[in-house]
Amino acid sequence: MIDRFMIEIKKLTKIYDNKKVLNNINVDIKTGEIFTVMGPSGTGKSTFIKSIIRLIKPESGEIIIDGRDILKAKKQFEIQSIRRDFGYLFQDSALFDSLNVWENVAFGLKYLTDIKPDKYFDVAREKLELVGLKDIEYKKINELSGGMKKRVALARAIAHNPKYILYDEPTTGLDPISSEKIMNLISEMSEKLGVTSVVVTHDVKLAFTISTRIGMLFGGKFLDVNTPEGIKNSSIKEVKEFVETSFIEVNRGH
Amino acid sequence: MSFITRFISKIGKSTLDISEHLGRATFMIKDVFYWAFKSRLEVDEIYKQTVRIGVDSVGVASLVSLFTGMVLALQTGYTSQNLFNEPLYVGTAVGFSLVKELAPVLTAIVVCGRAGSSVTAEIGTMAVTEQIDALYTLGTNPSSYLLIPRYFAFLIALPVLTVIANIIGIFGGFAVGVVRLGISSTVFIDDIIDFMEVKNFMHGFIKTFLFAFTIATVSCYKGLYTEGGAEGVGKSTTESVVLSMILILVIDYFASSFLVLIGIT
Repeated sequence: MIDRFMIEIKKLTKIYDNKKVLNNINVDIKTGEIFTVMGPSGTGKSTFIKSIIRLIKPESGEIIIDGRDILKAKKQFEIQSIRRDFGYLFQDSALFDSLNVWENVAFGLKYLTDIKPDKYFDVAREKLELVGLKDIEYKKINELSGGMKKRVALARAIAHNPKYILYDEPTTGLDPISSEKIMNLISEMSEKLGVTSVVVTHDVKLAFTISTRIGMLFGGKFLDVNTPEGIKNSSIKEVKEFVETSFIEVNRGH
Repeated sequence: MSFITRFISKIGKSTLDISEHLGRATFMIKDVFYWAFKSRLEVDEIYKQTVRIGVDSVGVASLVSLFTGMVLALQTGYTSQNLFNEPLYVGTAVGFSLVKELAPVLTAIVVCGRAGSSVTAEIGTMAVTEQIDALYTLGTNPSSYLLIPRYFAFLIALPVLTVIANIIGIFGGFAVGVVRLGISSTVFIDDIIDFMEVKNFMHGFIKTFLFAFTIATVSCYKGLYTEGGAEGVGKSTTESVVLSMILILVIDYFASSFLVLIGIT
């Protein structure tokens, strides 16, 4: 099963201000794997992950999800029906401040599932427990710490039982303990729920701990796509330099 | 680059910017209409926003209208007293000024300052913190969940607030007329009833819908296209209030001219 490609990305190009942020990208993401996109800042990582569910519309290319090209979808409901299979964890959590914790987690159930409204609270509580949070259902978002916000956002992303979860810089801005928790959760989600994960990060520890494969994105192109071991031993100059520098920084405690 | 070239390129850039804004705003309005018919109406959100935009503005709008009515009565009364030795047609002046112009325009300006600014700030903050993107990933879109409820709220709240402002303003004028200027209460009321027709009321009332639509469009648009963190939110909010106020006054003139032209005077 692991070798079936569920997300196929072909010749993906995105241009901002006459600059190719994504330059003719080709990559396939397999069922059940944790595919991590790593690279320096400003190299198109966020553009890449947002393009997958068309939060950003690329200039050209194909993004085929379970046989359907999201970029070719003309009507809003076609795009929505593809997005239904995704959960998305935003860099700054993107929780709705006007709603409390359980309302945030249950928000998508109304639009993405046939679950009856009287069951929303139970589903929210179950998902919160899954990410290790209890008795915070009625808390306001501004009462939560950064790590808790990330976990609530993850509970919201998995509430409708998606097939894919996209993580945009999941550990950025978190303390080492919270980062560790998030890291474990990403692995757990993959194992327990059997979801396919795409992670965008510049956190080398995260990438090398959880990933099935890592794609090294430089200047809008994947210079290398390989297993963590393969990336560590990469002979490509830029990849080698990035990995070595990152590991030195990790060892220094940055 | 010479001064003339710089000047021309500046005009060109401004024209392009304005065209871009108008284009995006048109698409936003088109989306609002499209989703208003295509998606389930967010009744809870409409209710919540109507309370926030309308009910919470009743106090300020009433206060503004009360004192406007009072000062109108005072000024008209003293002027006619100076000219004719008695305060004549104070009720008529207060009633017509309020119902046709001042209550709709001032209430719109109050709502734009109080509620329009908060709508821009709220949607703007959502835009810069990726909450708008989150809506898409959770199966809805900003038009259905954010914009349509706010359009409805402005379109319900502003006309109602204007009617309240009419009543309170006339009451303010009445109080000053009777207590301060010594006009008989019957004369004051007759001065309004004898001359005021339904079409005079409609002249002001119809305009409130245009003002509501304008405030909703500007505040939502400015919020939705906010960029640049907290500073961007502040900038958008200021721009939203200033633009709404200018548009209210400009639209007021042209709408009044048109209404007079078609006989709703």
